[in-house]
Amino acid sequence: MSEACASAAADSVPAKPTPPAGPNYGALMKDGLWSNNPVLAQMIGLCPTLAVTGNATNGLGMGLATTAVLVLSNMLIASIRNLVSPNVRIPVFVALIASLVTLIDMSMNAWMYELYQVLGLFIALIVVNCAILGRAEAFACKNPVTAGAVDGFAMGLGFTLTLVVLGGIREILGSGTLFAGASQMFGPAFHVLEVTLIHDYKGFLMMILPPGAFFVIAFLIAGHRVIEQRAAKRAAAAQAPLPDGAHA
Amino acid sequence: MNIAKQFDTLWYQGASLAFVATVTGAALAIASQATGPRIAEAQARKTQAALAEVLPRNSFDNDLMADTVAVKDTNGRTVTVYRARKAGVVTGVVFGMENKGYSGTIKLVMGVDRGGRLTGVRVTGHTETPGLGDKIEIVKTPWVLSFNGRSLDNPAPAQWAVKKDGGIFDQFAGATITPRAVVNAVKRGLDLYAAQQATMLGEPAASAAPQS
Repeated sequence: MSEACASAAADSVPAKPTPPAGPNYGALMKDGLWSNNPVLAQMIGLCPTLAVTGNATNGLGMGLATTAVLVLSNMLIASIRNLVSPNVRIPVFVALIASLVTLIDMSMNAWMYELYQVLGLFIALIVVNCAILGRAEAFACKNPVTAGAVDGFAMGLGFTLTLVVLGGIREILGSGTLFAGASQMFGPAFHVLEVTLIHDYKGFLMMILPPGAFFVIAFLIAGHRVIEQRAAKRAAAAQAPLPDGAHA
Repeated sequence: MNIAKQFDTLWYQGASLAFVATVTGAALAIASQATGPRIAEAQARKTQAALAEVLPRNSFDNDLMADTVAVKDTNGRTVTVYRARKAGVVTGVVFGMENKGYSGTIKLVMGVDRGGRLTGVRVTGHTETPGLGDKIEIVKTPWVLSFNGRSLDNPAPAQWAVKKDGGIFDQFAGATITPRAVVNAVKRGLDLYAAQQATMLGEPAASAAPQS
């Protein structure tokens, strides 16, 4: 039955299929952070990615909120994976994830109002983030709970880092600052993060507006691909002289 | 794995869907019940804090949310006016205004004291261009503080405009429409206060009268 889930998942996820990893947490982390990064490799969850990354602070907020939801949703899906018929898994996952996000939204609003003022906007956007459903389909529905949690954490961290880099580049080019407003979002302790890199900068408005997001993410994806191809070439070159080499 | 044998049967799929729908629906209903009052309370506190920001400190000791009156502006829009009282005497009012900005509606709240002088203006919502029009937010620049202490005759009515239009209020480099919209909204708010002052300051119905 887990194979049914796996085969069904294979066609819905364009990137490399996740290897049937045992508890190889190092590989899971590397997958999420780099080789199978949700934004740069899988290219999922792009709508919230492009929408909120006008500055690095918003990227960080969105990334952290998504990470929390990803860990919880992966654990939830992994824990019921043996009870869900593959034929109805998508409506079941959608109902569970949407309810989970709504519950988090309501609880934060009620009991962590200050934090909700900051992250509430992002929580609502997470409902439509297909990275969550994507990981449920590609990973959590055929792995145990701990592996699901690690995968959610790794993917969330990769998502967060990408958003911070994307937001940081746009913010530096667009307004000459970095992490502006971080102390308003995360508390006065984060004031040290706020840097004005270019004084009296006139601003490059297009980078802050939506087109800037498309330009920067195109360069980031291209860069990711170039590095991956070089690494693959180097690995192939290293293997070629030693047909029965030890690095198989 | 006995249960896996049932996966292809219609009853199992139907039952599991019904079960998930019931459980999630119930969880959401319970959570909504449990969090509703707290959320309403937190929002009320936030509104109260936002209203208090445009009033001078120590100028009121009442619950602003509980002492309101509705008036109609010249466009027929209903404006909720919150009264600030100190020891039962109305010291000022707070109400919201809005105007079309460069892209979408700009919403603001303004505080006016008994004499018709502005005690504060804050923009509470807008969709202006980031980096240009968002300078109307207090967290970005102190521009809205330039309204403090102004009234309908300070400056003269002709000068209630941005500098580009011959007024006294600064515009921003690259953004004139946004500050112009804010200035006009504040001016309209003061006009509204002048026209409806009696209603805005009046006691809430007859119920408060016997106490004094």
